[in-house]
Parts: sequence; C-alpha cells; structure tokens
Amino acid sequence: MTAPAPPTVPPVSAISGESSRRADRVFFALTGTSGALMVLTIIAIGIFLVLKAIPALQHDTTSFFTTKVFLPEAAKPTFGIAVLVFGTVVTSLIAMVLAVPVALGVALFITQYAPRKFAGLLGGLVDLLAAVPSVVYGLWGLAFLNAHLQVVNKSLNSTLGWIPIFGDTRGQYSKSILLAGLVLAIMVLPIIAALAREVLLQVPSTLSEAALALGATRWETIRTAVLPPSWPGIVSAIMLGLGRALGETIAVALVLGVSPEITAHILGPGSNSIAANIATKFSEYADSGRGALIASGLVLFVITFAVNALARLIVVRSARRRLA
Amino acid sequence: MVTRTGKLAGLALTGALTLAACGSDNNTAGGTTNTPSSKVDCAKGDIKGAGSTFQKNIVAQWIKDYTAACAGASIDYQGVGSGAGIKQLGEGTIDFAGSDSTMKPEEQTPVDKTCGSPALHLPVTAGGIAIAYNLKGVDNLQLSPATIAGIFQGKITKWNDPAIVADNVNGAALPPTVITAIHREDSSGTTNVISKFLSATAAADWKLGEGKELSWPAAIQGAKGSDGVTQAAAAADGGVAYIEDSFVESGGLSAAKIKNGAGEFTALSGATVSKALAGATVPDTGDDLKVKYDFANGTAGAYPITALSYEIVCSKGKDAAKQALIKSFLTYAVGAGQASAEANGFAPLPTALADRVLAVVKTLS
Repeated sequence: MTAPAPPTVPPVSAISGESSRRADRVFFALTGTSGALMVLTIIAIGIFLVLKAIPALQHDTTSFFTTKVFLPEAAKPTFGIAVLVFGTVVTSLIAMVLAVPVALGVALFITQYAPRKFAGLLGGLVDLLAAVPSVVYGLWGLAFLNAHLQVVNKSLNSTLGWIPIFGDTRGQYSKSILLAGLVLAIMVLPIIAALAREVLLQVPSTLSEAALALGATRWETIRTAVLPPSWPGIVSAIMLGLGRALGETIAVALVLGVSPEITAHILGPGSNSIAANIATKFSEYADSGRGALIASGLVLFVITFAVNALARLIVVRSARRRLA
Repeated sequence: MVTRTGKLAGLALTGALTLAACGSDNNTAGGTTNTPSSKVDCAKGDIKGAGSTFQKNIVAQWIKDYTAACAGASIDYQGVGSGAGIKQLGEGTIDFAGSDSTMKPEEQTPVDKTCGSPALHLPVTAGGIAIAYNLKGVDNLQLSPATIAGIFQGKITKWNDPAIVADNVNGAALPPTVITAIHREDSSGTTNVISKFLSATAAADWKLGEGKELSWPAAIQGAKGSDGVTQAAAAADGGVAYIEDSFVESGGLSAAKIKNGAGEFTALSGATVSKALAGATVPDTGDDLKVKYDFANGTAGAYPITALSYEIVCSKGKDAAKQALIKSFLTYAVGAGQASAEANGFAPLPTALADRVLAVVKTLS
C-alpha cells in the first residue's frame, strides 16, 4: 500500500507572511463594510418611512388599523390599512399554498429523479421563468388567464359554493382574488424552485447513499436523508418567495379588481394590496396622500420583517429539535 | 371566447406599447396636418409642460403638428396627472401645466409665487366622458342619469333591471347578465366629472358626493388609469365603466346614449359635446378663464357628461423666449389646432370661447 496522496494543504510560504495577513485585513474590512451598509440601508429606510408617515397619520380622522377605505386626500382624511393588509396577506397565502408544493416537487424531481441531461434543461427553464418581468405576468394574467379563470370560478361557485371561500361573489368573477393569487404563485414558483434545488444539491451524497444501502426506497431516502438537512434552506427559499409575493406591485395592480371590503370569497374581486395601492395612487397624490401611502408601506415593511423573523424562529427550533 | 381573448390581447398589447412609448411622441390616429404652416406664427426654443392625462393625446397631436411646421421649437408634455402638473409648475420645473379642474387656492399660491405674476386658466380642449359597456348583443344602450347613479352605487346589479329596461323601451332586449361596474381607483379628474354630473342631474339617487376619489361601495371594483378601467370593463361580460371617449373604441366597448337636460338620449361625439359647451359661461370678466358648465342644461342635442381641460400658464413669464413659444403654441392649439380635436376623440371649443382664449393668449408677455 502506497501512502495516500499528500493532503491539499497549501505550502507554508503561502499562508504565513505579512502580505497574506494584510490581504486578510483588507478582506475583513471589505466584507464588514458590506454587512454594515446593508444594516444601515435598512435602518435608513425605516427612519424615512417613519418620518414621512407620522404627519399623515396625525391627519387621519379614523383608526389607521381598522378603517377599510383609503381616502387620505378627502376633506376629512379617512384611511386605514385593514383591507390592504388583508388583501396582501390573502393573495400571498393563496400563492404560497399553490406554489410551494409544486416548486418543491420541481426541485426534488430535478435533483433526485430526472436524468442528468434533462435535469439541466429543466433547471435552466425554471431560471428563465424567474427572469420574466412582473408586468408581463400581469398583462398575461389579465389578457389571457382572467377569461379562462372566470369560467373555472363560475363552476367552482356553482358546485362547491357551500364552502365559504368559494361562496357568492355577487355574480362577479372577473379579476378575482384567486386570479391575483394564481399569478403570484406562477411568479414565485421559479424563485422557490431554483433556490430549493440549490439547497437539495448541497446535501452530501453520502447521506442518501447510506440510506439507499440500508434498503430505503427513493421516497424513504428523500424523507429521512435528503429533506431533514435541507429544511432550513428550503424554509429560506419559501420565505424569499413569500417576500416577493407580499411586495409584488404591478402584477397585482393589473389583475386584482380592488374594492374596500374584507371578503373570504376568493372567486370574485375584492380587497386590495399594499404595494398595488401605492403604485396605483402615488402619482396623483400630493404630499398628504403620499404620506398616507408611505405609512402603509411602513406596515408592509413590518409585516415582511415579522414573517422573516418567524421563519428564522422555525428554522432554529427545528434544528434544535433535531439535535436534541 | 376567441374573439374576446384576441380583443383583450390587442388591448394589453396597446397598453404595453403605450408603456414602452412613454414620453415619446404619440402616434394616435388622425395625423391630419391640415394646417398650412404659413398659418403658424412660429417661435423658437424649448418648453416643458406636464399634467392632465385627459388632454395628453390632443396635446401630443398639437406638438407633433406645431414642431413639424416650426423648426427650432421643442415642446414636451408629460401626462402625470393634473395635481402633479400644478405642483411641478409651482416648483418651477415646467413651463405650463395641464389641468382638468381649476386650481384650489392652496394650489394657486405657489404657482403665482413662482410665476411672479398671477397664473391664468386657459381652456384648450373639451371631451365627453363615455359610459362604456361590454354586453353581448347590445349595442344601442340608453341610460338616464338616475340609472347610471344606481349602477355605480351597486343598487342596480343586473342588465335587465326594470330601471334600465325603462330607459330602453324601444331598444334591444336586455340579458340578465350581472353588471360589473368599474371605477377609477387612482385619484382622477374623470371621477370628478362623473360625480359632479351625477350630483347635478341625479341628486336624489347619487349619495357618493363629488371629488377625484369617492368612497365606492364594495360591489364597484377599481382599476388604475383609463387604460386599466377599459381593460377591466372589457374583461368581464357585463362590464361598464366611465372613460374618456378616445378609449371606448380601442377597448372594444360601446358607448351608451345619455339622457340630457332636454330629455333626449344623445350619443357622444365632438359635435354633441361642443353643443353642450355652447351654454358654458365664464363668470369672471378678467383674463383668468375659469369656465362654469351646467351639467343639467337643457340644450337640445347636447351630450351632457362633458369636461373641459385647461392649460395653466404665467400671465407674465420670467423667461421671455419661453413665454413667446408658449404664446405661439397656444395660439396654434386654440386656433388651427382645434381642427384635429375630433379625429383624436376630443371636441373643438365653441368659437366664442376659443376667441376669448385667443384674446387672452395675446396678452401673455
């Protein structure tokens, strides 16, 4: 037996010495600055939103959190975020319910089942979907999908109308909440699928090989050896997708028929979203109205923050449980 | 279904092209340069205007024809909305503003200050607001103001409602299709006009008041911009929206005949809008031409839902060269330029009013 190949440790001369230590310091400074800049930007955005929102909120004659209408430039400014928050959360939720299973399926298929050549092609296609601008999804949703979904909505209502979410929509099915959720789902699907694929590829092949060697089936291998270590990464992928859904502007503004109501009936138009409301109204508003829109933007900022914090918590909890 | 999808796709494409062509010259139909260049008293230079989206298409036509006749003149107009245009004029970043309504005192103060002289309202064009609908098999719908008020408050929910049937005694049979009424979700001069019209003509039925934004009931869905509401109305069978004349045809919609103060159902056209404005007055005897129009006026043959659009300019400009170009351009627009109104979906100003505007334009310095 010959000795194993020499370990790939770089020669001593390269890792000691003044020049490398200086490079280390420079690199530390660069990365540290980038990190600090990130934090500073977020803080600056937060401060900007708060400063611009406060004067508008002081003019509001009703409760900002429970009012459904958004009329900041009326003689008596009345505006609230109840409908906006509801619509933002519900359309995003529909999008996640529809997109997450499919996206994970795509990622698992590409990494675990598909022949290598085909996997590369499919992966490229998914990446391509992620590059389509959102206005294109919006126009397509309005011009094409809306006409077909109306038919589906109508038949869902007549057959499953006893389920509250498929309930009566005053006979209006065009530009429904479901359409907005569906368009959002198609938009976030490639993001979640692409990131989840990368995460699944990082799982050491030794783990799945070990499981297979113990006689596990493909499905058992995925469940016991592939998914558990990639769980934190998958949650991050889902959160990035959710972030895009919550903040999506133009596509929602194009496809959702907005109205100041909180309704569980997703087959018809109704509610509104924070980002779409800002995009729709910003250009025509004077300072007072813009302040109100910025206040609603602050709420979106907080929601996104809270959702991300929650996701981190889930990841940390599950990691701890696995170690225990 | 195929035709509907095709229609919508075309509309969406138009929307996309409009987005892509944002800010560049407008090539809407009707490029009738029936103005001999000898008639234009040219000036040179570079001016910028912004404001009302309502007048954007006709202003674009005027700019195209004027700059074609006058070498060395460059005029830019951005449709950013009336309020935003007035604000920019007050900040001094543009030379004239387009607005569908007269300035409020708090809007006028900064403009006067930046001008260094009183700013003037000059009516330049007019147009009708259509009640445009998408209803299979019905192309000669007639509506009275009270019925329109009912539709846009969610009180009339089906097309065969007795109130609509009563307006169409001699018309086509109306289907029991659900009404999907669309309103402008963004703050809009068009909403202001329709709400003032309904307040004036259907006071007993219209409860939403007047303004650029209203507290709409939940049954009336909102969309952004004239193109947005047009698309939304076209997307739903039974859709109906209030939009500028020029959007009706491009959206594949039909415009209803509206009952005027004389009790006649009148179709929307340049002629019927001009007729409606013949009764409009300018109460102020000075140079500031704020027009008063009575929506309920009983002029025969008039289309009642009519709106005027103004340019707002400084009576005394700070930059003489720019002011000369504004003067020359407005002389063209209110004079020979009125001939291109109808082809672009607008109505020419009544001659008496146009003459009065021209007289004021002459005094600009």
